[in-house]
Order: sequence, then C-alpha cells, then structure tokens
Amino acid sequence: MHLQIATRQVADAVIAMPVGRIDHRSAAEFEAALTPLVAAAVATKGALVLDFSGVEYISSVGLRVLMIAAKKMREREAPLLVTALQSVVAEIFAISRFDRILTVTATLDDAMALCSPAALAQYRSAGASGMP
Amino acid sequence: MKSVRFWGTRGSLPVALTARDVREKLLGALRAARGRAIASESDLEAILAGLPFAAAGTYGGHTSCVQIDTGGPEFFVCDMGSGLRPFGQAATARRNGIGQTFHIFMSHVHWDHIMGLPFFVPAFIPGNRVVIYGSHEELEAALRRQQDKPSFPVDFSIFGAKLEFVHLEPGRTREVAGVAVTSMLQRHAGDSYGYRFEAQGKVVVYSTDSEHPLAQAEHAERFVRFFHDADLVIFDAMYSLADAISVKADWGHSSNIVGVELCQMAEVRHLCLFHHEPVFDDAAIDAVLAETRRLEEITRGARPLHISAAFDGMEIAL
Repeated sequence: MHLQIATRQVADAVIAMPVGRIDHRSAAEFEAALTPLVAAAVATKGALVLDFSGVEYISSVGLRVLMIAAKKMREREAPLLVTALQSVVAEIFAISRFDRILTVTATLDDAMALCSPAALAQYRSAGASGMP
Repeated sequence: MKSVRFWGTRGSLPVALTARDVREKLLGALRAARGRAIASESDLEAILAGLPFAAAGTYGGHTSCVQIDTGGPEFFVCDMGSGLRPFGQAATARRNGIGQTFHIFMSHVHWDHIMGLPFFVPAFIPGNRVVIYGSHEELEAALRRQQDKPSFPVDFSIFGAKLEFVHLEPGRTREVAGVAVTSMLQRHAGDSYGYRFEAQGKVVVYSTDSEHPLAQAEHAERFVRFFHDADLVIFDAMYSLADAISVKADWGHSSNIVGVELCQMAEVRHLCLFHHEPVFDDAAIDAVLAETRRLEEITRGARPLHISAAFDGMEIAL
C-alpha cells in the first residue's frame, strides 16, 4: 500500500486527503479511489477538495489522473480544488503547468471558501482539522 | 562515437529571429556592459559570458537535423529537416565534398523532417552516396512527392549522387559502418520511429515526435528498455505536460516531465530537450531548461541526470 486516502463530507463538499507518493506504482490506486468521489460530486454538483498536504510527490501518471477527474467535473460544472501542496509538489505543478489548468489554493480554508458558504462555515466550526 | 552536433532543433516549422528580437539582445548586452571595461576582447567576452543564453545567443530555428560523429569517415544524420541545408554546406567543405557517404535515419516523413532534402548540396554531387534509412513503407514515395511539380521546380533526376533507400525492421539491430542501429515504433500520426545507436561503448538515442500515453505501463517499460544506460537521449519535449495530455493530446509530442521520468528510470546520463515549440522565443526555452533542471534536482535518484536544451550549432561530446 503506497497511498492512503481519507475522506470526509463537509456540508455540500467532500474533502479527500491522499497521503504518500502518487507515482507509477500508486496512480492506479489513486484513480480507483478518486473515481467514485468524482462520480458522487458530479451527481450532486458538490465540490471535491483534494487536500494534498500529505502528498510527498506526484508523477506524470498521477497528474494524468487529476486531469481526467478535472475534465469530468468541469463537464458537469462541479468544482474540483487542489490545496495545501507541499513545496516539491507545488514545483511539479508549476513545471507541468498544472497550476494553470487546475484550481489550486494555498490552504484548505481558502479551498473551502471557494466551495460554498455552508461548507466554509461547517469546516471552520469543526476546528479546521481532524481528518478521520 | 565521438560527438553529436545539432543542425536543426525546432519542431513543426522553421522560425527566425526578427529585427526586434536582435535589437532586444543587443540592448541587453549593452546594458550589461554599462560601466564596465570594454577595452579588450577578453573584457567583451567576460560580459557576454555573464549573460543568459537567451540574451547572448539563440536556440535557432531550423527543423530537425542531428549529426552523429562516429569517428569514421562516413556521415551519420538523423532526419532531413531544414537543418540539413547548413549541415550539407559544412560537409561539402570537407574534402571538397567529393566521394562522401551519408547515412540518414528518418524518424518519419512529416514535412518538417524532410524539407531539407531539396537543398542538400551533397546529393547534387556525382560520386557521393546518400543512403536513407527508415521503417515507413512510403519513405521514398514521400520524398519524391515533395519534389514533384507543382511543389518544387526539380525532381529527383537533378541529384547527381547515388540515392539508396534501406528499410529497417523495427526492433532488429542492423550494423551500419561500424554502428549498431536499432529502430523502435513510436506513437505519432502516421507513426514515427526512434533510433538507438551503439558503438565503441557509447549509446545515443534519438527519439523525436513521440507521444507517451501515460496510462500504459507497458509503453513506458518499452521506452525505458530502449533508452537504458544511454549516454545521451535526444527527446521530444515540445509541450508542457498539461498541454500534452489535454488540449494537445494525440498531437504526437511529449513533455520535459515525461523525458525526465523515462530517463531517470532508464538510468540515462544526459537528456537533451529537442523539437522545441516554434512559438517559444529564446527566453521561453531557457525557462523550460531551468525548470527541467530543477525537476531533475528535486526528483533525483542514485544517479544524476544531466539536462540540456538543444540549439542549432550545439555540440555534445560523448
């Protein structure tokens, strides 16, 4: 197991927090975990927030998974946000130009603010932490 | 093999500096010289040495043409883009240009990779031999068609040299003038082929116009084997990864990121970014090079990977 993903519902948004490396060994696992989350989000037009604070590295294969998810969500006008990138991952996003095609925020609080007032309020009232 | 020299490095279409581009470079150099000693040639050289490559030089604008100096008397060339014209002029200057043999390996027959042949002076000289290798069935027909009326004023009958065509079976190694040459199918509209050249303990891979489908692990493994332990991989890094897998998916090209990943997995020593996007100016290519070096730095494994960006006139010693 190279990658672990915890999720939680916050009002009309879902926060998913992968932890580990998203590379050629774990990208399929990442895609399998993301697919039902994307399907649920597009069904409800709710936001999906990927908290990347636990992601140490992402390769081209992992970025492709993000691209597919973003495309599906964009087609159904459901927001996908990626947030709290570690410095190495932030550099990879910039070099790959993924920072130009995905909505990336510095903090989870910033991301929740872009989701909905209800999501932001519930996130803040829960203490802005505590992934399950 | 002794070295690799680049005669054309641009993708898709030749480009040229404009008067405005040159003026900007001159202004940059003059600004850098402000307040500094400029009395001697060494003073001037020192000022130029302090400028970024985009300010003091240019990546050039000829399309794909790469020469491999095998150390032998016969010429080895990859592709016949517009860079073939200056290569032909330089080759003609050697030994009066007579009695020469050229081995030319074609990645594919798209326009930007064949447009140099009608202007290849050695092909006009009786006594020369031009051997064109490729894996496309239509290789010869495509080259002849390029010079058919009304596209060009003279057809193949104008060539005084002996032109030969050799079909290469992908995956089967062939000995050419002391060099082991292996071609491999690549993903590109109409197919393209990469080449692995091995001689005297050195390995050079030429892999341009090649898209890499990221979802297919076996595809990456095939390329890792093809690149394995190469001294130099010349790699199509035309687009950013984001463009290559979204708006420019299926356009048949790759990115610097995939180049670094494949070369790291294949334990390559030197990755040379190639087939530059024609809309990029020198500063943009400089930026891609700096970013690619940074990517290599933050993802480095046991063996460092040297990164360069090809420019017309660049020579890499092996």
